[in-house]
Amino acid sequence: MIVSTQKPLDQILAALQEGSRVFIIGCAKCATVCKSGGEEEVFRLQEELTTHGLDVTGTIVIDETCHMLRTGRDLRSRREQVQEADFLLVLSCGAGIQAVAEASEKKVVAGTDSKFLGNIRRFGQFEQRCSLCGDCRLNDTGGVCPVTVCAKGLLNGPCGGMQNGNCEVDESRRCAWVTIYERLEHQQRSQQLDEITPARDFAHKRHPNSLILEK
Amino acid sequence: MPSILARKLAANEFIVTTELAPPRGCDTSGLLRSASFLAPFVDVINITDNQGANLRMTPLLAAGLLVREGIEPIMQLTCRDRNRLALQSDLLAAAAMGIINILALTGDAIGCGDHSQGRSVFDLDSVLLLQTISAMNNGQDMNGAALSGSARFFAGAAAAPEAEPFDVTLPKLSKKVSAGSRFFQTQAVFSPQMLGFFCEKVHPLEVKVIAGILVLKSAKMAEFISRNIPGLKVPQTIIERLKTSTDPAAEGIKIAIEIAEACRTICDGIHIMAMGRDDVVPQVVAEIRR
Repeated sequence: MIVSTQKPLDQILAALQEGSRVFIIGCAKCATVCKSGGEEEVFRLQEELTTHGLDVTGTIVIDETCHMLRTGRDLRSRREQVQEADFLLVLSCGAGIQAVAEASEKKVVAGTDSKFLGNIRRFGQFEQRCSLCGDCRLNDTGGVCPVTVCAKGLLNGPCGGMQNGNCEVDESRRCAWVTIYERLEHQQRSQQLDEITPARDFAHKRHPNSLILEK
Repeated sequence: MPSILARKLAANEFIVTTELAPPRGCDTSGLLRSASFLAPFVDVINITDNQGANLRMTPLLAAGLLVREGIEPIMQLTCRDRNRLALQSDLLAAAAMGIINILALTGDAIGCGDHSQGRSVFDLDSVLLLQTISAMNNGQDMNGAALSGSARFFAGAAAAPEAEPFDVTLPKLSKKVSAGSRFFQTQAVFSPQMLGFFCEKVHPLEVKVIAGILVLKSAKMAEFISRNIPGLKVPQTIIERLKTSTDPAAEGIKIAIEIAEACRTICDGIHIMAMGRDDVVPQVVAEIRR
């Protein structure tokens, strides 16, 4: 899922300064799970904006705001409330915010910061494991991604900053390469680490990216 | 002609190196003054590359100026601030300026330095950088495309003899050597015994080892280094020695000399890290060369 956090209220208020009427849009998927833009957060923000003298013309929580056709359709179903508003305040990931922008000519305000593609450890705890690099190396690294889990994204082993098995950048974290080594050693295939991993092909990372499935 | 470093290491002479940081500004007179002062005491001088991710003049120019002065540098080159094009383009410039020795490094994380909001690159890592340097020595770029002429770099890499768990670092050290590293310059050594274990472990790789010797000035400095410099942790026993000494600066030099002397029978050279105190280098060297 896409992990996002809500922007601080003062930043949201500053972005809404040149208007008084707001329509709030949340997302029933990722933003709900990470509590940046589900029903609860949309309701709370509605109250806070009202307290600060803003007029909330309506709210909606779209099932996958990143789904462009669905978002367009759902906004049309609330045409009047949307039309009344000076701003559409969106609490979803950046993809959802842009789906809203594409569906409406109204000024769109991002109420969240999109952080990373996250695994869910348990309720309210998210960890980045995949950077969507487009060139997966997990088959060579015991199922642990050095591009993401190593703070420097190193492909050929730990840097000189590894201390007692922990990362130079964040000493509370295990060095990704220690985890990779231990897993491969346990699976009796640590000799895989003797091969030099070639440089990444960043052509996979060019953006804006798209994918059209063949029929 | 091979570099002095390459020649002396090949002849099994005990090497002494030290390091200088390029200026944090555009005046190179201090750097050149330090280099001229240090040159008679050491074989070669490392020029650091935005060390600790703190802004300095490019080592390419600083090392080039040393060459012009007749002082042989080891240019440190990190993967943190340059993508593959920039690394190769700087290497070509280095070759053109007569810089032969390159220490290929990953680079400290940008978050530890004075531009912590910047973006680090790490397009290549130290192993891939060493491969690139080897390709250039064969007249090719990293993609195997021909260059006009070959470089004649003598490349080395960093190693951390006291890193734990050490076995995790071993495959990478081996890859560094197969990628073209001819010597390892180690991080600060505090335990000659650990250095001995390290040298045994890397012995099959047939690579020269230059041990890092840190000259400490005080317990406070040691604690600061442990806190702020990635990969450097001064053991508590040494901090205690500095704390209880009536002359910590002299004690720091004494500790450095003790470790350096022990290294003489273990490895192929020492690299003195004086942390900007040029005047201590001759003192350490005098004891070692005795």
